Amino acid sequence: MAVVTQPMLSVEEMRATALESRREILKMIFDAGSGHTGGSLSEIDILISLYFGVMRYDPADPKWSGRDRFILSKGHASPGFYVTLARAGYFDPVELGSYRKTDGLLQGHAHPMTPGVEMNSGSLGMGLSFALGHALAGKMDGSDYRVFALLGDGECQEGEVWEAAMSAAHHGADNLTAIIDRNRIQNDRFTDEVMTLEPLADRWRDFGWNVISCDGHEHADVLHALSASNTGGPTVIIADTVKGKGVSFMENNPGFHGRAPTAEEYDAALKELA
Amino acid sequence: MTTNRESAATRETYGRTLLTMAEEHPDIVVLGGDLNVSTFVHLWRDQHPDRFFDFGPAEQNIVGVAAGLAAAGKIPFVSTFSVFGTGRPYDQLRVLVSQPSLNVKLICTHAGILTGEDGMSAHSIEDLSLMCSLPSFSVVTPADAPETEQVIRSAAATHGPLYVRLSRAATPVVHTDGYRFQMGKAETMREGADVSIIACGSLVAPALDAAETLTGQGVQARVINMHTLAPADEAAIISAARETGAIVTAEEHYVHGGLGSVVAGAVARNHPVPIEMVALHGYTSSGPANELMAKNGLTADGVANAALRVIKRK
Ligand SMILES: Cc1ncc(C[n+]2csc(CCOP(=O)(O)OP(=O)(O)O)c2C)c(N)n1
Repeated sequence: MAVVTQPMLSVEEMRATALESRREILKMIFDAGSGHTGGSLSEIDILISLYFGVMRYDPADPKWSGRDRFILSKGHASPGFYVTLARAGYFDPVELGSYRKTDGLLQGHAHPMTPGVEMNSGSLGMGLSFALGHALAGKMDGSDYRVFALLGDGECQEGEVWEAAMSAAHHGADNLTAIIDRNRIQNDRFTDEVMTLEPLADRWRDFGWNVISCDGHEHADVLHALSASNTGGPTVIIADTVKGKGVSFMENNPGFHGRAPTAEEYDAALKELA
Repeated sequence: MTTNRESAATRETYGRTLLTMAEEHPDIVVLGGDLNVSTFVHLWRDQHPDRFFDFGPAEQNIVGVAAGLAAAGKIPFVSTFSVFGTGRPYDQLRVLVSQPSLNVKLICTHAGILTGEDGMSAHSIEDLSLMCSLPSFSVVTPADAPETEQVIRSAAATHGPLYVRLSRAATPVVHTDGYRFQMGKAETMREGADVSIIACGSLVAPALDAAETLTGQGVQARVINMHTLAPADEAAIISAARETGAIVTAEEHYVHGGLGSVVAGAVARNHPVPIEMVALHGYTSSGPANELMAKNGLTADGVANAALRVIKRK
């Protein structure tokens, strides 16, 4: 079946959707009492741009063979992914309350038991390889689907990312687009303090990739980057983002990588996101 | 006693068998890591370049790509040496293959210590332990070339993660043409009531020879080829314990986490009897394969002596 039924949004609608999504992300994590806040808030505008502006899929038929694939490599940032999948129609938004709960549909790290999730995740560095597998299969089958993989910037310290990068270029995977959530913070600290990634664009270019930079919170800019990609070899979009984006005291704060807000913080955050 | 048998390299049988399956299974894709001549998938590479991908020695990526291909409906066969294909990408095998139970076939050669001269780092003595610890994986150690052929055919026809352990060296052929391999169903190769020798892979031939030797001493040994370690044929193990009252396990692997552990677990849970384990008790150094096997007691004599010991413990 090739019917595409997902809603497409205008940039204005995306902006409103992003605000609402940020509230939903915080509610999920607050209700669960744990979860990855910062990286969910930094990635959400990218996800909205993909799911409501670019990707071709059918939520009623999640395994439709012609679907575009999205692979969340930084699987800890599952709340941002889940609110997007719910909005796209993969499951009832009521399920957002099952995040991290026993027998819930939404696992701590994204797992394919959830409709719309392609890859099991939680161990960093694997998503680009997995995405390349989908990309090579698509080329072998003569399918024109595209494959997108979202990686963290800290995640790019994993060696497997570069094994995958090297091989994607070698095997001519021009249907593959990597997106890097360049929020400059990882688990403990600022990425520059842990392990220098710069010159990041040059490094990808040297591995044979087309490199595009964009503002990862400006939907129009992200959409432009996503449409410009796909020429020659694989493409990487380095999306400049702010970890914790949208909540002043979470923004650029390494402390909010992997913890839930307290009740006071949650109230304060919702006021900012009103 | 050592019977004269024909020898054949299971890895070559693998490469040749795979080649014959290309038409019947159009979804088979082969992934290699710069060891394709040694693993014999170069035969496939040269015939089906459009269904073959080389990734160089980058095993984490190979397994990750294989998982993606499997998720997209392909049947990826990943081949490299056992040491490189199990240990290096263990986390990818766990998270990307075992947990979502994807249809990846990991067919590794150069297992055990039959890689002889290459030395300790090339000796794969932990792979069965690693692979048996991954819940979705089936784990198979064929005893010889004819069994390998059938294992590979059934691999493509059966859905799910699979690890197959093959050797570098040519190993004795212990099966005749009529043999039918059944995944998860152990093969009783010889009947006997005094002791059971449960062996896998390269130790099956020595086990048969040991049984022959034991006959001369009035001992009737049952010989079981436990080709599938996961899922293990517990019924065959329990019958062996119940009907013969003593068990010897024999494998070319570290004593922890392989065949001995699988058998001991089933015996302890169901019908405790004495067990002796013929296996490696640590790392071993470089040397010709047959010398290393002898040095470590992985011989027909080693198995026969273990049988006599375990019978005394009844
Ligand atoms: C293989 C592996 N090692 C360590 C971790 C622990 N860990 C979870 S998130 C994280 C930091 C990730 O940083 P980044 O990729 O920048 O993610 P983001 O800032 O976008 O959340 C680490 C080290 C892991 N999940 N996987």
